[in-house]
Amino acid sequence: MMALQVSELQKSFEGLNVTRRVNLAVEAGERRLIIGPNGAGKTTLFNLITGEIAPDGGSIGLFGDDITRTSVRARAHLGMARTYQIITLFGRDTLLRNVMLALLGLCPRRWNPLIDFERQQDLVEKAEAALARVGLAHLAHRPLAETSYGERRRVEIAMALAQNPRVLLLDEPFAGLSIDERRDVQKLLLAIPRDVTMVMIEHNMDVALEFAEKITLLHFGEVIVEGTRAEVVANPRTREVYLGH
Amino acid sequence: MSAVARLITPRAAAIVVALLLLLTLPAWVGNPYYINIASQILFFAVFALALNVLVGYGGLVSLGHAGLFAMAGYTAALLLARGHGHLVADTAALAVTVVTAAVYALLSLRSTGIGFLMITLAIGQILWGIAYRWASLTNGDNGVNVASRPSPFGFSLAGADGFYYLCLVVFLVCVATMAVVVRSPFGASLRGTRDQERRMSALGYNVWLIRFYAFLLSGFWSGVAGLLFLYYNQFISPQIVALTTSAETLLMVISGGTATLLGPIVGAAIVVIMKNVVSAYIVRWNMVLGIIFILIISFMPEGLVPGSARLWAWLRHRWGAGKAQPAAKTGEDGA
Ligand SMILES: Nc1ncnc2c1ncn2[C@@H]1O[C@H](COP(=O)(O)OP(=O)(O)OP(=O)(O)O)[C@@H](O)[C@H]1O
Ligand SMILES: [Mg+2]
Repeated sequence: MMALQVSELQKSFEGLNVTRRVNLAVEAGERRLIIGPNGAGKTTLFNLITGEIAPDGGSIGLFGDDITRTSVRARAHLGMARTYQIITLFGRDTLLRNVMLALLGLCPRRWNPLIDFERQQDLVEKAEAALARVGLAHLAHRPLAETSYGERRRVEIAMALAQNPRVLLLDEPFAGLSIDERRDVQKLLLAIPRDVTMVMIEHNMDVALEFAEKITLLHFGEVIVEGTRAEVVANPRTREVYLGH
Repeated sequence: MSAVARLITPRAAAIVVALLLLLTLPAWVGNPYYINIASQILFFAVFALALNVLVGYGGLVSLGHAGLFAMAGYTAALLLARGHGHLVADTAALAVTVVTAAVYALLSLRSTGIGFLMITLAIGQILWGIAYRWASLTNGDNGVNVASRPSPFGFSLAGADGFYYLCLVVFLVCVATMAVVVRSPFGASLRGTRDQERRMSALGYNVWLIRFYAFLLSGFWSGVAGLLFLYYNQFISPQIVALTTSAETLLMVISGGTATLLGPIVGAAIVVIMKNVVSAYIVRWNMVLGIIFILIISFMPEGLVPGSARLWAWLRHRWGAGKAQPAAKTGEDGA
């Protein structure tokens, strides 16, 4: 069964076609890389898949269910998690609280107005574990505002992982990381078990290629090349619109 | 350190002292005029705390809360005037206010920011128009009188002391409620919707419903404050439904410090004291109030309570007193 099935998806912004009849079928457990020049519509495709933008046409399926009309939050409850290219975190809170908010989002306790949030020991422990997974356990109590860019990128990943997703969408997780940080994040992503399906947008080919099993190349909102890593890298069109640039 | 010694933090000590002062206030103030001012501070603080749920923790600036405050007052006053008892009138008033808050929320939560502000303002103005113009129901400009204050469990509220203690009990319950809710998962969710609305949806939260419930909570406590206001004056008129009331309450929250518990209380005290005490000496008290607000916003844009905490931390750091802990937590978002 396909973890993610995007069919004939379309979206335009004020006449500009940003997503043109995109089809994307990602198998359960697959590692898919999405590449394409700046402005190709990669982030928009993620926004359509998570529901943050409504498509003009086409459909989206998640493990066989049509989720085209499902709300953003319901998609999260169905097992979809994402990271943002532009960091979208809670700046006033500590790293621990950021991750705890991610855990709380899928937990019925989120409506409880009477208990003490910070004393929910199970959430604290799970959040600490998620931070440890991305190598940030020692910074758990630091306010996010006092962390570096690379650390915040990893908090993005920790929050998505904490939700224990079935489908994980990563939007340029290596952007702005140092070489050391890149290697750490790469190890972390390669260690994620196969019950998580992963789709990653990434420009950084040295790290991304090792991750990818299949690659989709977007150009002006259209899928122009798709196939295994070797096929896509060897395709002259890839060279023309992307690798050469 | 013994367990007892550890419990006596400066903060706990300050709370105990404040409680003792509040509990004994009628004894050391004496003059009923000033005891009444203390009562006013307490119920306006409840109103400001109610507004702070939306403004401070939800990031939703309402300019229509006078409508909720007055809805409770008018409902109770009109029911009492038609011969209903206090219990029925007050319960119905709170129920009607919560329903009104739900209507406010349904109309205003389509947007945030300026849109939200404008819609709440518009609903508030409509209610003001009704209070003013629908004279057959509201008695128009003449307002509605309330013959007596209730005496719950035989405790007389007729005098300044008795009424002060009613206000104090309600105020303390309100503060305790706010303290618990703010720390709860629901409170954390509400603040999350203020800081990162988009991320909250992606994390699985129902942003709209969180805000809706916050509006109901805010409406309920606005209604409670409105009832105290009604019984304090034993009279209500369209004047209280006017935009000035909403604006003044918003100023209480902003000047004291949004998203803090103490801020709206301090803000309420400043506004009530200026209105009652300073106006007796200075004709242009409104101008003085304006200048004070401008000073607060210029020098402590985050509000008086967080601003003072920052100043205090800076002074301690500067003069090397105490332990080297420069940026003490300002109480922002906490207590
Ligand atoms: N909300 C929006 N309104 C209008 N135009 C938009 C909106 N979002 C994206 N666009 C436009 O759609 C196009 C694709 O944007 P998108 O962010 O999806 O590109 P991308 O492939 O992620 O690029 P990058 O590699 O720079 O991240 C761009 O031209 C962008 O300006
Ligand atoms: Mg992008």
